[in-house]
Amino acid sequence: MRLNVTVNGEPRQAEDVWPGESLLYVLRERLGLPGSKNACEQGECGSCTVYLDGTPVCACLVAAGQAEGREVRTVEGLAEGEALDRVQQSFVDAGAVQCGFCTPGLVVAAHDLLARVPEPTDPEIREALAGNLCRCTGYEKILDAVRLAARR
Amino acid sequence: MDFLRPTSLADALSAKADQPEAVPIAGGTDVMVELNFDHRRPSALLDLTRVPELATWEPTADGGTRLGAGVPYTRIITELGARLPGLAMAARTVGSPQIRNRGTVGGNLGAASPAGDTHPVLLAVDAAVELRSVRGTRVVPVREFYTGVKRSVLASDELITAVLLPRAGGPQQFSKVGTRNAMVIAVCSFGLALHPGDGTVGTGIGSAGPTPLRATEAEWFLTGELADGDLWESPKPLTDSVRRRFGELVAEAAAPIDDVRGSAAYRRHALSVLARRTLGWAWQDYRTGGDQRCA
Repeated sequence: MRLNVTVNGEPRQAEDVWPGESLLYVLRERLGLPGSKNACEQGECGSCTVYLDGTPVCACLVAAGQAEGREVRTVEGLAEGEALDRVQQSFVDAGAVQCGFCTPGLVVAAHDLLARVPEPTDPEIREALAGNLCRCTGYEKILDAVRLAARR
Repeated sequence: MDFLRPTSLADALSAKADQPEAVPIAGGTDVMVELNFDHRRPSALLDLTRVPELATWEPTADGGTRLGAGVPYTRIITELGARLPGLAMAARTVGSPQIRNRGTVGGNLGAASPAGDTHPVLLAVDAAVELRSVRGTRVVPVREFYTGVKRSVLASDELITAVLLPRAGGPQQFSKVGTRNAMVIAVCSFGLALHPGDGTVGTGIGSAGPTPLRATEAEWFLTGELADGDLWESPKPLTDSVRRRFGELVAEAAAPIDDVRGSAAYRRHALSVLARRTLGWAWQDYRTGGDQRCA
């Protein structure tokens, strides 16, 4: 099937899509957007978190056919030109990136949290990031980054 | 593979009648895992995310709630915490924010996994499942819905369209054991509902048997104790022996197995603790008329 989906504000088309493949596969392998990471493919790790019609979801659990006509915003769509989003900048400044694999998903999840809750408490931050795994055990600096972003 | 994308319930039902082998997909939190890992290659997927009738809830004439099968957990938490306290508690324990944004009670019922988080509460509150097909509508008490491991009475041409939940006449509780708070498949779980109106209690056991289970002996025991002591009218604290016996009877009602998440013996023990504690919390709420406590 041909898939029509708006990604980061731009109408995109993907050809020869198998409707049961994941939105994550479409983004990475068909539309050249490798920011969203592919790890567990079962919604456990959060590294593929994207906005779907404004709601954070695991792109690996969205069937390509379900994304038809929808709006997707990926980690690539958070920066404005060369200027990083405040969440991205805060991850850099707080040293919250180790291997970097979990970072895109965490950035999208934190971006959503701060849009909903501008001054989150620590438990609110922990709850909002509960679906994102970091195997470098860098959670403390990730919490620092979200607190820093909230102050900016 | 066909990808069916109905935009009305009528279209969805006729699609399911034409292709009963089509696998319904809503939040995808179960179905997509099976597809991603090649565990399933259905001939058709039936996408229900564009069917507006499934994504709404409304009060019923008797004060209850008709919850559309496609309402995601996040909306149950934000919109229905007061109307459906037990279900909202269970919804808060599902997966992660990303999973709760997509997953639905309809999907929990459709998968009918004994570990599904909403089943214990649905059993405890005596909810009913609305099933529709082009042949008509039937309403099945959830206590008769599950027939085996990941099996239910759902017919191949039917869709789960809604869950009917009675008005919460008293405190409700849900509690779950797992290795962490988030992203946990229950090792075991327990739901409890107190019904001061008719002096009964409801229970539900999760992840400790081939299907979600009721603990009917425990319900009878507690109903009797509360009546004998006139405790609904003059609610004194429950004695330790009553709470302990309730826990024991819940554990006896379970039919757990040893598996990767826990042993049968551990599950029985943990259930007795969950039952004792949730009863303590719920009864405290009843006595003080206080707010529901989040498990």
